[in-house]
Amino acid sequence: MRVLAAMSGGVDSAVAAARAVDAGHEVTGVHLALSRSPASDRVGARGCCTLEDARDARRAADRLGIPFYVWDLAERFEADVIDEFVASYAAGRTPNPCVRCNERIKFAAVLDRALALGFDAVVTGHHARLDPDGTLRRSVDPGKDQSYVLGTLRSAQLAAARFPLGDSTKAQVRAEASARGLAVADKPDSHDICFIADGDTGGWLRDRLGSRPGPIRDAQTGATLGEHDGTFAFTVGQRRGLRLGQPAPDGRPRYVLDISPATSTVTVGPAEALDVRRLVAERTVWPHEGVLTCQAQVRAHGGVVPAQAQGRGDELVVTLGAPVRGTAPGQAVILYDGDRVLGGGHIRTTAS
Amino acid sequence: MIDGSTWNSAARLPCFPVTYLDHAATTPMRPEALAVYTAVLADTGNASSLHASGRRARRVVEEAREALAAQLGARPSDVVFTAGGTEGDNLALKGLYWARRAVDPARRRILVSAVEHRAVLDTVDWLGAAQGAQVELLDVDEIGLVHPSTLEAAIARDPASVAVVSVMWANSEVGTVQPVARLAAVAHRYGVPFHTDAVQAFGQIPVAIGADGPDAITVSAHKVGGPVGVGALIARRGLVLEPHTHGGGQERDVRSGTLNTAGVAAFAAAATTACAQAPVEAGRLAALRDDLVRRVCEQVPTAVLNGPPLDTAGGVGEPGDAGGARRLPGNAHLSFPGCEGDSLLMLLDARGIECSTGSACSAGVARPSHVLLAMGATEQQARGSLRFSLGHTSRAADVDALVAAIGPVAERAGRAGALAGTYGG
Repeated sequence: MRVLAAMSGGVDSAVAAARAVDAGHEVTGVHLALSRSPASDRVGARGCCTLEDARDARRAADRLGIPFYVWDLAERFEADVIDEFVASYAAGRTPNPCVRCNERIKFAAVLDRALALGFDAVVTGHHARLDPDGTLRRSVDPGKDQSYVLGTLRSAQLAAARFPLGDSTKAQVRAEASARGLAVADKPDSHDICFIADGDTGGWLRDRLGSRPGPIRDAQTGATLGEHDGTFAFTVGQRRGLRLGQPAPDGRPRYVLDISPATSTVTVGPAEALDVRRLVAERTVWPHEGVLTCQAQVRAHGGVVPAQAQGRGDELVVTLGAPVRGTAPGQAVILYDGDRVLGGGHIRTTAS
Repeated sequence: MIDGSTWNSAARLPCFPVTYLDHAATTPMRPEALAVYTAVLADTGNASSLHASGRRARRVVEEAREALAAQLGARPSDVVFTAGGTEGDNLALKGLYWARRAVDPARRRILVSAVEHRAVLDTVDWLGAAQGAQVELLDVDEIGLVHPSTLEAAIARDPASVAVVSVMWANSEVGTVQPVARLAAVAHRYGVPFHTDAVQAFGQIPVAIGADGPDAITVSAHKVGGPVGVGALIARRGLVLEPHTHGGGQERDVRSGTLNTAGVAAFAAAATTACAQAPVEAGRLAALRDDLVRRVCEQVPTAVLNGPPLDTAGGVGEPGDAGGARRLPGNAHLSFPGCEGDSLLMLLDARGIECSTGSACSAGVARPSHVLLAMGATEQQARGSLRFSLGHTSRAADVDALVAAIGPVAERAGRAGALAGTYGG
């Protein structure tokens, strides 16, 4: 097969490309340039948008003896991921940009272009398994499993995807990189949001959305407890950084319950008011009939809860067997049967 | 690891013969230059040392200086050896701007064409941002030509404020040969020094300094079959340059650093051969190039030639003037509507055919060419272009290989290009 290996400059994608070479495929490495004016150095464990990462990817490709190119996807990334991220926050939702990037960039723009250019598949370093029948499953490494951020991919997208790392733990991948002489073997894992270089999401959003002050209200009394600079600095379920002058009457901590950008109001209240037992998802992938008993995951590194899910037109209605706290519209809900991904969607509304 | 045992290992060799159509990026070293280079490298001696080894090295440098000067209508003392074209452009522009401004603080305007290489554009941008220069870009027409009347009008707006004018001899992307003599004459009429980046032109068409020509010329060794890392600024006697680096002042007190004896010797050897062969070679390359353009356009009827129309007469007569070559003989620059340049490049590369998309950023991303944009192309046209450049090792078989591949490649790249805007919606 002719395969295109998406190489971020990290250890996972380098080993994934190496395994594709070992499997006898004709492999071409591509680094995706996602930033319009990439910073030249990498700071700590953030990001995948630097010249240093491009160089690390190139050096891994050299080591593997495969051709290497850089594809400029900055414009599409800005339109499909960054702008959407900003718009979501402005609308009071909490988006997951990695899910979006997989849906629109890696397994859409890149995949489509690869297929049009004559490649048969795209290889990435995601920690997930893909069965020959197209079933997506969790990685054998529960700490590194990335099936959640792949869970909204359609079957046609998965059909041309290859994830060679799903049967290995991260420790095994690092050891293999070291044994192969790949210089990225010890490179720190990337986390956080790659396009927010300093990790200060609130500050980054304020630069783009401007200051939009408003009240922080108590859900029970309706009293104004404080002021804020903009609803985008808050996430449903957040406790820290509220800086409320007065304690709650019962002395218990308060959490963000709701964000209303239209009135620039942040509503806070007790933890139990965060409990979500039912949610409706949109933009779904749900190739099933009837009610399915399964497990639901609502954040990238969260646990699962028992759930019942049923498609309803383009939507997916999920009833949770146990309450989850602080689930916000905009996040993805992915449904599992054990380690098998059944499908999922983007949370539109939640209810207790 | 780069060491003698692995550098030539089989893994590094291509598994098929490469069709190299990127001579404007760098051209293979000429055998005579390589022979001189390795021979001198094996010898010890700092050309600034006073003992016998130093004198031997100095003799090599001065013979190289004389040989290079002879190819450029210059005196040996006009030659300032540099580490390449970028340094030559920096030295000329910063050196002239600073020197002119020191004499007359009103001289802050720098006039350069909009299609210069980044070695010029980034330098004058910096002078504008950090050194108080007022940079003005001279418009070009649809084939990339700077009209003398454009320069005249720009200077005439306020002649007393112009520090320096710089217009490249030939364009690095579309190969347009500028009317350098006439542009220099305009600058001289106002007493303004005229610099030209002749990195692409030298060794292909006649390039010379002189009373009727530029005051300073940048040239580079590896574009004429010499080694990378060597170049020269040819600056006429009396032209005052402020140095931009400081040290031993080895080259006319404006350029410091231990002289690259082997490099300049190889440069001179390559330049001598290139210039001696140019009159015949220009005709040969122009004929090959014309054949390339004609047959590629037969295979891909939508392809469009950018830059000056073909000039089968080759490089005779005065460059840039009626009857002379308007385009470098080895340059073919084509747009493939509906295709992305980097898709085309990748697909050709996979077939062993090497060309260029014109410009890439430091990360390796192909960028829409500022040259095409300045010529009035849309961003889409500018993105969908390839430069094929021929040189001394090019043969008819290279053109045949490209012609055999380009049809399917353009068809496939067009399919990928048609996706733009359709996915993810």
